[in-house]
Amino acid sequence: MANLQVNLPGLNMKNPVIPASGTFGFGYEFSKFYDINVLGSMMLKGTTLEARFGNPLPRIAEGPSGMLNAIGLQNPGVYAVMEKELVQLSKVYDDKVIANVAGSCFEDYVECAKIISRHPMIGALEINISCPNVKAGGIQFGTDPQMAATLTKAIKEVSQVPVYIKLSPNVTDIVAMAKAIEEAGADGITMINTLIGMRFDLKTGKPIIANKTGGYSGPAIFPVALRMVYQVSQAVSIPVIGMGGISSGADAIEMMMAGASAVAVGCQNLVDPYACPTIIEEMNQILDDMGIENIQDIVKKSHQY
Amino acid sequence: MKNYQDELVIKSITNIAKDVYEMVLVGPGVKYISAPGQFINMKINNSLQPYLRRPMSISDYDDNSLTTVFKVVGQGTEILKNKEIGSTIDCLIGLGNGFSIQDLASVVLIGGGLGTPPLYKLGKELASMGVKVTTVLGFASKEDVFYVDKFKEFSKVYIATNDGTMGQKGNVLDVIKHENITFDYYYTCGPERMLDALVEAYPDFGELSFEARMGCGFGACMGCSCKTKTSPYKRICVEGPVLLAKEVIVNG
Ligand SMILES: Cc1cc2nc3c(=O)[nH]c(=O)nc-3n(C[C@H](O)[C@H](O)[C@H](O)COP(=O)(O)OP(=O)(O)OC[C@H]3O[C@@H](n4cnc5c(N)ncnc54)[C@H](O)[C@@H]3O)c2cc1C
Ligand SMILES: Cc1cc2nc3c(=O)[nH]c(=O)nc-3n(C[C@H](O)[C@H](O)[C@H](O)COP(=O)(O)O)c2cc1C
Ligand code: FES
Repeated sequence: MANLQVNLPGLNMKNPVIPASGTFGFGYEFSKFYDINVLGSMMLKGTTLEARFGNPLPRIAEGPSGMLNAIGLQNPGVYAVMEKELVQLSKVYDDKVIANVAGSCFEDYVECAKIISRHPMIGALEINISCPNVKAGGIQFGTDPQMAATLTKAIKEVSQVPVYIKLSPNVTDIVAMAKAIEEAGADGITMINTLIGMRFDLKTGKPIIANKTGGYSGPAIFPVALRMVYQVSQAVSIPVIGMGGISSGADAIEMMMAGASAVAVGCQNLVDPYACPTIIEEMNQILDDMGIENIQDIVKKSHQY
Repeated sequence: MKNYQDELVIKSITNIAKDVYEMVLVGPGVKYISAPGQFINMKINNSLQPYLRRPMSISDYDDNSLTTVFKVVGQGTEILKNKEIGSTIDCLIGLGNGFSIQDLASVVLIGGGLGTPPLYKLGKELASMGVKVTTVLGFASKEDVFYVDKFKEFSKVYIATNDGTMGQKGNVLDVIKHENITFDYYYTCGPERMLDALVEAYPDFGELSFEARMGCGFGACMGCSCKTKTSPYKRICVEGPVLLAKEVIVNG
């Protein structure tokens, strides 16, 4: 069996597979299906300073090989996450996790990041400056390199743990975003978040999602994610965690060849609760078949080309 | 077989009303069902399209088999109806909370269209405990009606159709009022408009099963959350699909 171990700032992981934020709840829901300690780490549901109900229903629609969502960052607020959700998770998971932080204004981001980074289970923060589904905040930090850099600096100042910034694909120049964030002191980049999309009901002519638009993700966006991870990982020297449409061990390995140091699996967890452990097994098998002993040997293979 | 999952084998597919099919599935995974009113979430095929699973109620179950009734409304259910007998479907089994089984004097089961099936096993169990069960089923038209004989096995059945082609013309509430049906408790499943009307008419003592578009069906995505009076939100797939009349926010 190949050595799947990877080290990221704040996280020493037995393998590079991480469930993506928003598709794994606060983790413990999945422990009824399997022992979640097989995972490299996990990205928790987006957390804000105050509790949020999120957007009206319907929040879900489908597209070819993917889904649209407009959850709107439903979460019980940072204090409830620490007092309830993380307590629950600590009963079934031993390792460090990645807190996903969002906000509706600059101060909310910084305050929420500061509070949750002090929790002993948190190994790193993932700052979601790229949620397409909330009106206030989020996306404007994710589309303006200057604002993203200012926010990164402010969070770095208050955080007790390494800070990753999550990039949106809904920009014209993702490399400029990544460079600005690296310069501002980010410890890593996670990408990509969902692509803004829409579906209509043929009978009524109305958008299916109550919020009208939603974030598209799933296998349909895989080539887009690969291209962006490839471009960004060539331009920066901090690690990139690649996600977007990964649904198999082969996809995960391809993502790492494109330059990702680790991978996150999003909506495939919803279709198949066993997606992550299956992907870990498949990665092992593929590396064995390729005669590769260490997963590190495939990272950035594509950068020779 | 994994926890809460099994490749269930299709034993039969029967057309029982216009565009409505009854499917019997067998396999050891059926053991994960713990209460009537729970549901399964099926992966229609092994391809990426349709991408998401499809939630379906369980109308009946025993140790090794379950029955589900579905209506062909789109891509997924169209594929489902044409499946081969003996082929398998990847199902997550025993999802959601289900109806509560209580020792009551008399109950009424109120089913609207495809909301009818999940009440069948519930009614059978209540009747076997000695509870007096009455059933009121509402459909659009005569050609949509199904399961009447099955409910007659254990209860007196009243039918309402919107166009009056079978039973009484009108909706289920009209029938309950017109027939003066009295009950200690009600259980219902059907279109949201019907559920809202029932909560308004009987806000204190009943259980209602809701539907929502689901991403996962097991609590991971928050795609199905609704507001309730008792908590900021409940996920239809985990804390539901059954909610108490007391906690439902009408039009919420
Ligand atoms: C808990 C629960 C139990 C259900 N039980 C039954 C049942 O016993 N019999 C039955 O016929 N139907 C039932 N439904 C509705 C059933 O899931 C949908 O009719 C079915 O998913 C439609 O799939 P499709 O591909 O044919 O339609 P499409 O319109 O192609 O589906 C597109 C998307 O919309 C979703 N969707 C469409 N209609 C509904 C709906 N009414 N509710 C939720 N999601 C929907 C689909 O799951 C899919 O993600 C239930 C729904 C839920 C949530
Ligand atoms: C239902 C759902 C909820 C999500 N919620 C969040 C969230 O709270 N925070 C976040 O940073 N990303 C969120 N995302 C984005 C995912 O983490 C991921 O970036 C995206 O879905 C692409 O990966 P995938 O194609 O593997 O799903 C969500 C995605 C889905 C499908
Ligand atoms: S459908 Fe995913 S939480 Fe209910």
